[in-house]
Amino acid sequence: MITKRIIPCLDVKDGRVVKGVNFQRLGDVASPVDLARYYSANGADELVFYDITASAEGRSLFTEILTETARTVFIPLTVGGGINTTDDFDRVLKCGADKVSVNSGAIRDPSLVGKAARLYGDQCVVLSADVKRVDGVFRIFAKGGRENTGMEAVEWIRRCVGEGAGEVVVNSMDTDGVKQGFDLELLEKVCAAVKVPVIASGGAGKIEDFITLFRTLPGVDAGLAASIFHFGEVEINELKREMKRNGIPARI
Amino acid sequence: MVAIIDYGVGNLFSLRSSFAAIGEEAVVASDPETIRGADRVILPGVGAFGDAAEKLRQTGLDRTVREEAEKGKPLLGICLGMQLLFEKSYEYGVHEGLGLLQGEIRPIAERIPAGLKIPQMGWNALKIVRESPLLKYTKEGDYVYFVHSYSAVNCGDALLAAVEYGAEITACAGKKNVFGCQFHPEKSGETGLKILKAFCETEAGQ
Repeated sequence: MITKRIIPCLDVKDGRVVKGVNFQRLGDVASPVDLARYYSANGADELVFYDITASAEGRSLFTEILTETARTVFIPLTVGGGINTTDDFDRVLKCGADKVSVNSGAIRDPSLVGKAARLYGDQCVVLSADVKRVDGVFRIFAKGGRENTGMEAVEWIRRCVGEGAGEVVVNSMDTDGVKQGFDLELLEKVCAAVKVPVIASGGAGKIEDFITLFRTLPGVDAGLAASIFHFGEVEINELKREMKRNGIPARI
Repeated sequence: MVAIIDYGVGNLFSLRSSFAAIGEEAVVASDPETIRGADRVILPGVGAFGDAAEKLRQTGLDRTVREEAEKGKPLLGICLGMQLLFEKSYEYGVHEGLGLLQGEIRPIAERIPAGLKIPQMGWNALKIVRESPLLKYTKEGDYVYFVHSYSAVNCGDALLAAVEYGAEITACAGKKNVFGCQFHPEKSGETGLKILKAFCETEAGQ
């Protein structure tokens, strides 16, 4: 049986890994290439590299890091951040990315998902959605969570999947950084709305949060987290052993 | 030397890097001479079967691949490249494959329960069906990484390994010097690198 995937996310700025708490107070963690190698050797099923630099220098440094990682790490690699055109897809795919995640780029240009899916295949296009409750309604936020687009989240996700997004990362801004567990209410709605793989992001603080996620919502395919892995609060191999003990398929 | 065939489908960076990681010289080749001069050939591929088969024909590389395989040169198809080795595919119409392996490519949706997601995306455990030099370093239950919506059926004794995804799905196939992996060995960690290493150690057949 196919296993539930555990995915560490590396936010990269100016060549270093950072992790925001509620998207603010960025702190430095480690070299992205070293961290990627470490995770690949220690149970990660996949890696997400997120480019949070805006400058041209930062961007070329990012592609160098990506190339260096893909040369030595042989698990799937998803790249996001600053993906606004199919040329951006091309740029990161040439450096060894397997999947490309789009967020604000798809909001600015809703035809991007469809264009990229036709060029590179659905399996290559990941929709990343930053979602927050506003007056009791799930809304899509753009620009790293700074701007409320006013769009209803589940509808937006369903639309992008219809256009060709082959996977969805659902990042709950309400639970992100809080470490009290994933946003099960939001994830349940997304799982009911789309048939493509769903990756849960935001809120994991401990091993039990992943167990609860996969037990409560069998439609969720993967759990993504950053700081709890970077700071060693949750060790991936231990998490997967615990998943297996709880009857959740995991690659060990 | 391993020739990785470039016929305009997919990205070959990781595949090239994975051969470097196991100490094998690999070149990306789109010309028949390089492919004829290589000891082994990799046929990669992502996307739709019909487009890929057409591109292979347009470049004339379908003939080169078939000739080299028939001479006994080890050939490994990966993902869509594996599917191209079979007789035909039913992905959006009916398309002819290279016919180097017995069997045909059908949508996995026909055979699996409705609740399961398509594509099969992620890591699944190999069940070894038949001993093969390709799998000499692979153990029952080793995990490999899949992304696909179609798979080979009716492979007869070419079926080497399968995975369980609501039904038995062909993971590896092979006959003599011709092999195929539905999964991505270049994305399957140590297990995948060992399969590529085993391929590099297979002997030419006839």
